[in-house]
Amino acid sequence: MSRESVLVSADWVEQHLDDPAVVLVEVDEDTAAYDKNHIRGAVRLDWKADLQDPVRRDFIDRGQFEALLSARGIGSDDTVVLYGGNNNWFAAYAYWYFTLYGHRDVRLLDGGRKIWELESRELVVETSPRPATQYTASGPDLSIRAFRDEVITAIGVKNLVDVRSPDEFAGRLLAPAHLPQEQSQRGGHIPTALNIPWSKAANDDGTFRSDDDLRTLYADAGVVLATDTIAYCRIGERSAHTWFVLHELLGVQNVKNYDGSWTEYGSLVGVPIAVGDEPGVA
Amino acid sequence: MTEGCAAPPGGVPLDGVDLSTQSVIQGVVTRAGDHPLAGAYVRLHDASGEFTAEVPTDEDGGFRFYAAPGRWTVRTLAPRTAPVDRVVIAQRGVVADIEVSIPV
Repeated sequence: MSRESVLVSADWVEQHLDDPAVVLVEVDEDTAAYDKNHIRGAVRLDWKADLQDPVRRDFIDRGQFEALLSARGIGSDDTVVLYGGNNNWFAAYAYWYFTLYGHRDVRLLDGGRKIWELESRELVVETSPRPATQYTASGPDLSIRAFRDEVITAIGVKNLVDVRSPDEFAGRLLAPAHLPQEQSQRGGHIPTALNIPWSKAANDDGTFRSDDDLRTLYADAGVVLATDTIAYCRIGERSAHTWFVLHELLGVQNVKNYDGSWTEYGSLVGVPIAVGDEPGVA
Repeated sequence: MTEGCAAPPGGVPLDGVDLSTQSVIQGVVTRAGDHPLAGAYVRLHDASGEFTAEVPTDEDGGFRFYAAPGRWTVRTLAPRTAPVDRVVIAQRGVVADIEVSIPV
């Protein structure tokens, strides 16, 4: 897997703004961001309103995914370029989602909305609705999605990578520090998990670090990539960012994202939890 | 209370938040100490320098974090300028207010 087939630069996007085979998709939780402005021609996906089942805590299913993408005018053969705020957290989550449902050519804008803004590139207010398509999905490919029972049996056996900030890992914070610290679940982490914050994979401007830097990052932290890996965070979007790094940029094939993440695990009755800065024991 | 992890511009409002349990760091980013700067990116780093959170500033240049007690560095990124760092001490039940001035 080459970096160019999964990651594109802001220059590349500018050169393909009028390419009919390329669909730009902005993914934010905060829909006001897209309403305020966006890259010309981009359509919007809301990670919650569009991509989550409205009743159960789960994904929309394959049929719902097909209906959603058809309505937004995204074709099965289109090159989909995802970008968003929060250093591409939710864009990476959507990337993982598109991969789960078998989209052939999906890429991330390196640096996301942030680098586009910091480089003062053009943003527009007007929307550009696309004609409806007949989107066909496959899957879901559950080889990239982990569920809670699998996570519990992975303690002390597989690589568990907790990509939250050190204070969340230790249990000193219960949420990212831009959110109020009022959560129902317990603080801490899954025993034996290594803490490699997602942010270590990115530069300040939101772009990904080089492949060599990334390999060194995980090797130095003690992750043996030949062993199966499960990444998690709080709700599964920052760990989608790390899943993208391991699975897509570095080509490691045995990596899953646990999207239930800490909001599920930290609320389970009877499971082991470690607190403090050390991984803890199985 | 938001369920997700997204950072809305300016951060999550204080309305309805029990401040006695929170260690808030907030402030305003201005260009040359004068004009509020919307759309800057404010990053919170912990005492060891590790990135912890980020929010874009709102229309009034405002930002807000809900931190833990301790020493933090607030790093501001804006177009056409080098990052600006400010150190701030957070305390439980206290709102730490800072002003960040970006050079013209």
